[in-house]
Amino acid sequence: MEQKTLSVHLCGGCEISSSIDLEALAQIPEGAECSTHPCLCNDEGVGSLKSAIKSGANALVIAACSPRYKTDEFTFDKCFVERVNLRELVAWSHEPNDEDTQMMAEDYLRMGLVRARKAELPEPFDIPIDKTILVVGAGTTGIEAATQAARAGYEVILVEKNSDAGGWRRKFSRVFPDKPPYGQLTETNLSEQIAEIEQEERITLYTSSVVAGISGQPGQFDVDIRTNGDVNRVRVGAIVQATGWEPYDANKLTHLGYTDSADVVTNVEMEEMLAENELKRPSDGKPIKTVVFVQCAGSRDKEHLPYCSTVCCRVTMKQALRARELHPDLQAVVLYKDIRTPGQYEDLYRKAQDDGGILFTKGDVQSVKNGTDGSLSVDVRDTLLGEQIRLDADLVVLATGMVPVSADGEANRRYQDAQAVIEGGSTGAKLVAAQKTVAELEPYVSESILNLDYRQGRDTPVLKHRFPDSHFICFPFESRRTGIYNAGAMRAPGDTASSRSDGAGAALKAIQTVELAAQGKAVHPRWEDMSYPDFFFQRCTQCKRCTEECPFGVLDEDEKGTPQLNPTRCRRCGICLGACPERVISFKDYSIDIVSSMIKSVEIPDEFDEKPRLLGFICENDAYPALDTAGLKRLKHSPYIRFIPVRCLGSVNIVWIADAFSRGFDGVLLVGCKSGDDYQCHFIKGSELMGTRSDNVREKLTQLALEEERVRIEELSITEYDRLPEIINSFAEEIEEIGMNPFKGF
Amino acid sequence: MSASRKVLVIGGGISGISAAVEASEAGADILLVEKNPYLGGRVAQMNLYFPKLCPPACGLEINLRRFRTSPKIRYLTEAEVTSITGKPGDYHVSITQKPRLVNEKCTACGACAEACPVERPDEFNCGMAKTKAAYLPFPTAYPMRFVIDSEHCKGTECQKCVEACEYGAIDLAAGEKTIEEDVSAVIVATGWAPFQAETIENLSYSQYENVITNLQMERLAAPDGPTGGKIVTPSSQDPLESVAFVQCAGSRDENYLKHCSGVCCLASLKQARYVREQYPEAQIYIFYIDLRAPGRLEDFLADSEEDEKLELIKGKVAKIYISASESKLVVEAEDVLGGRRVQKQVDLVVLATGMVPNVPETIDQLRQDDDGFLVAEEGPSAFVAAGCVRRPVDVAECVRDATAAALKAIQWHRG
Repeated sequence: MEQKTLSVHLCGGCEISSSIDLEALAQIPEGAECSTHPCLCNDEGVGSLKSAIKSGANALVIAACSPRYKTDEFTFDKCFVERVNLRELVAWSHEPNDEDTQMMAEDYLRMGLVRARKAELPEPFDIPIDKTILVVGAGTTGIEAATQAARAGYEVILVEKNSDAGGWRRKFSRVFPDKPPYGQLTETNLSEQIAEIEQEERITLYTSSVVAGISGQPGQFDVDIRTNGDVNRVRVGAIVQATGWEPYDANKLTHLGYTDSADVVTNVEMEEMLAENELKRPSDGKPIKTVVFVQCAGSRDKEHLPYCSTVCCRVTMKQALRARELHPDLQAVVLYKDIRTPGQYEDLYRKAQDDGGILFTKGDVQSVKNGTDGSLSVDVRDTLLGEQIRLDADLVVLATGMVPVSADGEANRRYQDAQAVIEGGSTGAKLVAAQKTVAELEPYVSESILNLDYRQGRDTPVLKHRFPDSHFICFPFESRRTGIYNAGAMRAPGDTASSRSDGAGAALKAIQTVELAAQGKAVHPRWEDMSYPDFFFQRCTQCKRCTEECPFGVLDEDEKGTPQLNPTRCRRCGICLGACPERVISFKDYSIDIVSSMIKSVEIPDEFDEKPRLLGFICENDAYPALDTAGLKRLKHSPYIRFIPVRCLGSVNIVWIADAFSRGFDGVLLVGCKSGDDYQCHFIKGSELMGTRSDNVREKLTQLALEEERVRIEELSITEYDRLPEIINSFAEEIEEIGMNPFKGF
Repeated sequence: MSASRKVLVIGGGISGISAAVEASEAGADILLVEKNPYLGGRVAQMNLYFPKLCPPACGLEINLRRFRTSPKIRYLTEAEVTSITGKPGDYHVSITQKPRLVNEKCTACGACAEACPVERPDEFNCGMAKTKAAYLPFPTAYPMRFVIDSEHCKGTECQKCVEACEYGAIDLAAGEKTIEEDVSAVIVATGWAPFQAETIENLSYSQYENVITNLQMERLAAPDGPTGGKIVTPSSQDPLESVAFVQCAGSRDENYLKHCSGVCCLASLKQARYVREQYPEAQIYIFYIDLRAPGRLEDFLADSEEDEKLELIKGKVAKIYISASESKLVVEAEDVLGGRRVQKQVDLVVLATGMVPNVPETIDQLRQDDDGFLVAEEGPSAFVAAGCVRRPVDVAECVRDATAAALKAIQWHRG
């Protein structure tokens, strides 16, 4: 580690000098040069910082505005910069020239000084990175992912379980268009796309093949591809899973007659019939005069598929139009809940409506039964044509929805763990719990697809309805397994156009992973972070908390249960650091010691000064920006609090809370993002984990005869800047009511 | 292939920002051109996203952090592309940038706005509020720098802001700039504008103050909006007892917009939640043609259907007028399932107006479909459209599209 030479710079601009005594503040840094400037971000100010670096400083403490502003001005190559937020957190949110405001400024400076002294500039790991992209599934999405990645210059390995590439589109004779004119059916163009993947030398296609196993980490995945019993091992850098969909099992739709009549078919079977270019009644080969399409067959139905598969309305319109092209005398009736033709596809709906042989009506299909003369009879309620109607049909097409070809890695793993407990001969409560888990997870268990050799499961986790969709609106490709991206209809139901853009997008995310890993850098959301966790294994007790709690499945375990780091899987959130009871995990610029030392640097007034001290751990992603905005709006908050921004609330180790109380702090406030089903935590589980940990903390407080109210956890979104000062103030009031920490001064 | 490794991104809304961030993280240099004085586009005006009901600022913060720290991303605000010449992999771009009149020395201290004597209508708040001529577009704006609206500023004769600024950040004499750049590929992510509600005659938008658009509703509900997030009637700032949402206001109608904008159903269901959050007893009506909640957004619709005071009425709204006896608005529609005409009296009407693509007129290379959206080229193309200028879609779909566009754009960098 290079010797630190600190240089401290205080800015007087933006009301800082008119509310804080900078001369007094300048006395705080000991053993470091400290200067004051009227405006550090102007040319002269930046010039003075540059000359400090020239004179040998390699760590600057800049006490000015929030680290979220003036980043260009205050970033210097190979120089550690610690920003002390005197403007938003102090000058703009507190009484000017007040004793408490001054104390606050001094404490923030002390904390910044400690961090600047202890933190080191991270150095990137250096491991060989393979940049090949593996694409699993060669349907619409996989073909697009492979083609686009290859066009960008990347080697691609494309694995398809069937004997040919192409997926479902191989069955289709016509598709609804993905470009104008949107009212006109087109050919699939599949052969051109398959020709490109076959001719492109960067793409290696394995057909009749499955992924038998994947071990390693981004940049170093070893993949076993099994082809007819032979296994090939290849090395890849990142993975796109595009395993597609399968139709919902129409046998479960007993009221719709699928099991009773050969003339009730699914929309996929209708594709096969249309591909023959002649429609005949499946039961007896007689011509078809009337076709009834039943939309949402099992979809938007809590008993079957609760979601909408998005394409079935358009598929039905396509099939009805094509059927009418083939047989102009044929009549089609479409029974729907809502017609869903988004965007320009209104043109397709209009085209079908303008066709006199196609009738649309809203209705609730009650039953499909065998009628007279071999035809079917369809009972419908609440239609636009009447309350209860009966339609005769030669053919009924059930518009069944899409079921993702996915596997729930976490559910499978928990199921297997519970099975192992039962088979291991456990008794009592342990056995009961395991049996309960097995029963609960039974419906979600399936065979693995990716066969990942990950401690947390052999596939990516799923979100809802078996779709491994991202739960982030802004970051739809976000994945909890770094370097593995889900795309296409297995991620969310969609049409050809959206599957193709999904495939290309996932391929780009895969490319980013290998490019950033090659530089030793993290991917989203701590993009370009070069720090990574370092384990002091001598003290590790193999408690497995870190391997269990990591939201990204970064850590595996050896036989003894010692965590095994896979640095390119790591997202640098610090949740492992927060989890570890032995404090063995640290990052170069974020560690137990750095934060503990910052806590200890705060001056705690004597009990009789009646100035409580509150410590705030605040999520740097959302709550901290809210604190900045509160400052911008000049909203005042209690001057007794001292905030420490954290990578994620889940990275808060309870030892810091213990440190705070033993140091004499009177309360600890934890502000993070929303947890629960609609979590907003960028690291998925951070604030939820802190919730659990803080429950344990409260228990411990009670054991120490301290009031459990001294620790409060709050969830806050980035726009709740008006509420944040209220939270702080109400917490300060509560602590004042409870009284001072009796450990103060010990 | 190309001398420049730079991608031009036109538009700094969610699609453009995402395209820029995603392409830069794969190694490209980016120049992003935005016509507003801030980044974020339409999503910056939204209160919350469906279905999670989370604020757009949260994702913008993460993305804009890259704009702050990435040496690969450069952006220009108040700028527009005036021409693009050349060939795929090697384009020359001309850009003009309007003077912001506030330079990078600005610290966002706010002294200029305090001193400024003139007001201007606040278009960020859909004209429902005013700002000074020297203003910060909104509290979390990026860049965090004030702007002076040259149309309303009294210019050098006033000088009050110049005197108030301690940092020499104001330059009232600054002129328009022209910027020339070489780029390899272009991502067009110019987004959308709301359909002009006043053109829909039967919906009386310009006649009644309490008939508002869905975009106005977002501003009314937003904490940085004109009412601080309190949803009240614009005419008298009264609390609400009843609200009607009119779906497909101008959409799916060959007289106005023949396409479906794809997001308005969910937007109204979401806004109904805003209302419910503030008014547990309010009666809410949604008049619709078809309810469109694709994929797992269906869950949001299913949850909304549990709300007993939310009535979903299938039928197109015929007219909106003021009741003779009371001062309430009346929404009249055909209830097609009930087979009767219905009139509902409400305090506020929200028109779910659709999206009109924003196609830059100065760029010759773009091809539009008959709804006005940009057409994607088959095969490799160095002109890639992304987001709502290509298809009217929600935010997640825009980001996916932008990420795909980023991959197509960087293909011109290989070798």
